[in-house]
Amino acid sequence: MDDKTIGNGSEEVRIGFFICHCGSNIAGTIDVEAVADYVRTLPNVVVSSDYKYTCSVAGQDMIVEDILKYKLNRVVVAACSPLLHEKTFRAATQRGGINPFFFHMVNIREHGSWVHQDRALATQKAMDMARGAIARVKFHKALEKRREPVRQSVLVVGGGIAGIHAALTMANAGKKVYLVEREPTIGGHMAMFDKTFPTLDCAACILTPKMSEVGSHPNIVLWSYSEVTEIKGYVGNYDVTVKRKPRYIKEDLCVGCLDCIDHCVFKTGNTDDEFNQNLSKRKPVYIPFAQAVPRLVAIDPAACTHLNGGKCEQSCATACDRQAIDFEQKETFEHIGVGAVIVATGFKPFDAHRKPLYGYGRFPDVYTALEVERLVCSSGPTGGDVVLKDGSKPKSVGIIHCVGSRDHQTNRWCSRVCCMYSLKLAHLLKEHTDAEIYNFYIDIRTPGKGYEEFYERLQEEGNHFIRGRVGDITDVPIIPEEEGRMIVRVEDSLAGFVRRIPVDMVVLATGLEPREDASEIRRRFNISCSSEGFFLERHPKLAPVSTTTDGVFLAGCCQGPKDIPDTVAQAGAAAAESLVLLDVGYVEMEPMTAFVTEKYCSGCKTCLPLCPFSAISRDEEKGVAVINPVLCKGCGTCVAACPSGAITQNLFEDRQIFAEIEELLVHA
Amino acid sequence: MKYSYFPGCSLKATGRAYEESFLSLCKALDMEMEELENWNCCGATSFMSVEMGAAYALTIRNLAIAEKAGLDMVAPCGGCYGILLKADHYYKKYPTVHESAVKSLKTEGLEYKGTVRVRHPLDVLASDLPPRALRSKVKKPLKGLKVACYYGCRFVRPIAPFDDMHNPETMDLLLKTVGARIVDYTMKGKCCGGAMSGAMPNVAQEMTYLILRAAERAEADVVATACPLCQFNLEAYQDEIRAAHPDLKPIPVVYFTQLLGVALGLDATATALNRQIVPVEPILREKGILADEKKQPATAGV
Repeated sequence: MDDKTIGNGSEEVRIGFFICHCGSNIAGTIDVEAVADYVRTLPNVVVSSDYKYTCSVAGQDMIVEDILKYKLNRVVVAACSPLLHEKTFRAATQRGGINPFFFHMVNIREHGSWVHQDRALATQKAMDMARGAIARVKFHKALEKRREPVRQSVLVVGGGIAGIHAALTMANAGKKVYLVEREPTIGGHMAMFDKTFPTLDCAACILTPKMSEVGSHPNIVLWSYSEVTEIKGYVGNYDVTVKRKPRYIKEDLCVGCLDCIDHCVFKTGNTDDEFNQNLSKRKPVYIPFAQAVPRLVAIDPAACTHLNGGKCEQSCATACDRQAIDFEQKETFEHIGVGAVIVATGFKPFDAHRKPLYGYGRFPDVYTALEVERLVCSSGPTGGDVVLKDGSKPKSVGIIHCVGSRDHQTNRWCSRVCCMYSLKLAHLLKEHTDAEIYNFYIDIRTPGKGYEEFYERLQEEGNHFIRGRVGDITDVPIIPEEEGRMIVRVEDSLAGFVRRIPVDMVVLATGLEPREDASEIRRRFNISCSSEGFFLERHPKLAPVSTTTDGVFLAGCCQGPKDIPDTVAQAGAAAAESLVLLDVGYVEMEPMTAFVTEKYCSGCKTCLPLCPFSAISRDEEKGVAVINPVLCKGCGTCVAACPSGAITQNLFEDRQIFAEIEELLVHA
Repeated sequence: MKYSYFPGCSLKATGRAYEESFLSLCKALDMEMEELENWNCCGATSFMSVEMGAAYALTIRNLAIAEKAGLDMVAPCGGCYGILLKADHYYKKYPTVHESAVKSLKTEGLEYKGTVRVRHPLDVLASDLPPRALRSKVKKPLKGLKVACYYGCRFVRPIAPFDDMHNPETMDLLLKTVGARIVDYTMKGKCCGGAMSGAMPNVAQEMTYLILRAAERAEADVVATACPLCQFNLEAYQDEIRAAHPDLKPIPVVYFTQLLGVALGLDATATALNRQIVPVEPILREKGILADEKKQPATAGV
C-alpha cells in the first residue's frame, strides 16, 4: 500500500482545532473556551479557536482561511455528531486544499453536553476527547472516494396511494419502476374510503385513474400479490428478490371478464371479504373490488374447496374460455436490480378489541371507522345504505374519537387523521340517515387547508360535540328512553358532569399503528424505527424521506400517521430524492473499507464466512483473501477476526485507534 | 398443595359463609390452607388516605409474616387481595413507602423482602389444581342452574395478575366445569357500590340494582360472587332496593365456593347455604341438584 501520509515522515504535522458552541447546546454545559485554550498547548496544534456556529458559512470559511493562513495539514472539529456535519467539515477541509480525510470530528454534543450536567466534568471530558483526536489525526492518510454507477431503476414497496404516487412520478420521469404490492390489487386503504376530507371528493374517483395509470404505464412493472423477500447490495446497486405468490391464475391469459366468479360452485360468498372489513362475504375466486388493478382474479387457497383437497367440479376453470385458471401454480421468485428503494408499506388500523370498554365485538352495532367507510360507500356491502345489524336505520350515532390514540394504556401518539375522518363520517352519516350525531372528543385537531372550516360546517349542520373521553358503552338502561339501546357514558368536561347518551350505533375512530410485520420489513431494508415502531426518517425536519440507509426512502404512513395530502407530498418527495440519486448517475463510496496486506495473509479463510456483505473472496493463485471494496461496508468484523493482523481498515488503522485510546486514558 | 391463608375481617363476620365454604372446598380438593399467624387488618380502609405511611405498614406486616411461612398467600376477600397487591407494588416501587414500612416493621423485629405471591381463590382453583381434578370430584353437577358470575373490581383492577381487566372469566370457567350454565351480561365487572352502601346508601343501591336487574334480565337463577363486600351489597339490600324498584325480584347471591361445594356434594355445614338472606336451596332443589327434603330426608344435604 502506497503511504500517502503527509507529515508521517519529513513533513511537519500542523493541526487546526475548532470547537463549536452550537449556540448554547454545547457552550451551555462545556466551557468551550477553556477547551480551546487547552488544545492550543498540545503538540502539533498550530491554531485552536472556538466559534458560535462552526457549521455556518462563516464558521466553514474560518476553517478554510485558517488552513491557508497557518498552512494546516490536519483539521479537528469538536462539535455535534459526525452523522450531522462530518460531510460539511470534510468539504470545508477540501476547500482549504487538503484531502478531506485529514479531517477528524469529535462529538462533544451527543456524547458530551447533552448527556452531562456537571460543567467541570463535561469540560474535562471534552478536553480528553479532543486530545485523543489530536493524537489520532496525525496518523490519518489521504484517501480517495470511489465512484460507482447507479442503476436507472427503482423499487417501490407497497401499492397504496403513497406507492402509487411515487411510482408514477418516477415512471413519468422516464425511470423503470418495479411496484411490489402484497395484496391482489393496489389501492391500499384509500381504495376502501368512501369520500375524502375536507372536500368530500369520492375517494375512488380520484384514486382509480391513478391506479389504472400504474397498470398501463410502460415504465412500471406491477407485481401484485407479491412480497420482497431479500435485498442485498448498496446504494445505487441493490439486488432484490421478489416472491410472487400463486394466485392460481395465468396473468398473461386472464382478461378480467370475471366469468369464473359467476361459475364458482359457491353461489354466494363463503369467506369474509377483507376489502369490506368482513361486513360481507366473497367467493374463493374473487376480485377485491370492481376497479382493482391489475384486473385479475385470484383464488384464495384458504377458501377454495379444490385447493383444500376437497371434491369440486372446478366449474370456474371450465367457465374460463382462455384456460387461465391454473391450480398447479406455485410461488415464483423474480430477481431484479435497482438503484433506489421507496418503502411505502402503510399502516394498520388500531384493533378496537383492545379497548374492551367500548364494546367492539360485544355489541353488534359498534363499528370501526373503516367499517363505516364501507357502509356509507355505494359500492360497499349494503350499497351505501347505513343499516344496523337488525336492518334498521340508526336514529342516533355516537362517534368516539381517539380510540387507541393519545392513551397511555395503548398508543400515546395522536393519529392525526381521526378528527378529520370522524367529522367526515359524521357528515356522511347525517346525510345518509338524518340521525343525531354525537362526537365525543378530547381535542378537535384540524390543522390543514380547509380543515377548520370543515369543522365549523359540521357544527352548523347541527352535529353535537361533547368534550370528554368516553368511559364506557353500556347496555344497562336506567330510564325508559335507554331501553334496548347502547348508552355512551362520558364525563362532559365542558358542562362539568357525567352524561349518558343513548345511541343506536357507535363508531370508533380507531388510530393508526405500525403494521404487524413492520420490524421484519425494517430489518429486511436495514432501516430504523422509532420507539412506537414507525420507520425512522434520517432527520425529523431536514431529511424527512431519507433513511439511515442510503438509497432507501420512505413515503406515507409507514413513517408515521398522515392524511392523503401529506402522504402524496411525501411520496413525491421520496420520488424526487430517488431521482436525484438516479440522475446524478453515480454514487461516491466512502473509503473506510478494509484491505488485505498480502504479505501477512496466510490464506486461512477465517474472514470469509464472517463478512455479512459477502465482500471477501480468496485469490486461489496467490492463496490470499481479497476484499471487494465496492461491497465492503467497513464494519470491521474481518479486521478484528484476522489472526495474522493482515487486514486493515481505512480511517480505523491500529496506530490511529491506539494513539487515540492512549491519549484518552492518560488521566485514567 | 399448601398455602398461607389470610382471612381478613369479613370472612370472620359477615362473610362466614365464604370462609366455611372455601375451607371445606379446599379440604375436599386436598389444598391445605394454613391460617396466617397473628395477622392483622389488611388495611383496605379509609386509613390509606388519612395516614399513608402507617396504613402501608399495616398491610405489609401481613406480607412479612407470610414471607416467613414461605408459601403463596391466599386472600379470598377482594378488598384484602387488592390492597395486599397494591402494598406489595408500592413497597417495591416507591422509596418513601418502603422506608417507612421498613422502619415500622423493625419495631417488631420483622422484615419484608418482597417475595410473597398474593393469590386469590379464583386464581388458585383455576391454575393450581391438576387437570380434571375438579371435574373428577363432581358428584352433583349444577345442571340447568343459570348463574350470573359477578366479579366486581378488585381481582382485576387496577392490577390484573390472572384474568382480563374488563371481561374476567375465571369464575365462569370454574362453574362451567361443574356443570352450571353461565349467563352473559355486561355488568359483571362493574362496581357493586362498595363502601358507599354505608356512606351514601341511595347511590350504592342504584348501582346494585342495575347489576341485579341485569342478572335477572339475563334469566339468572343465582348470582355468584367472590368477595364478601360484593356479596353483602348485592344480597342484603334487596328489600330496600325493592322499595324504590318494585320490579326487582328476590335473587339469591352466593359465593362461588358455595356452588362448587354443592357440586362436589359437600354437606350443608360445608356449603353454609343456611347463612343466606335470600334462600338459595329452593332453586337448587327445583333443579334437582339438592335432594328434596320431604321425599328423601335421610340423604338430604349429603
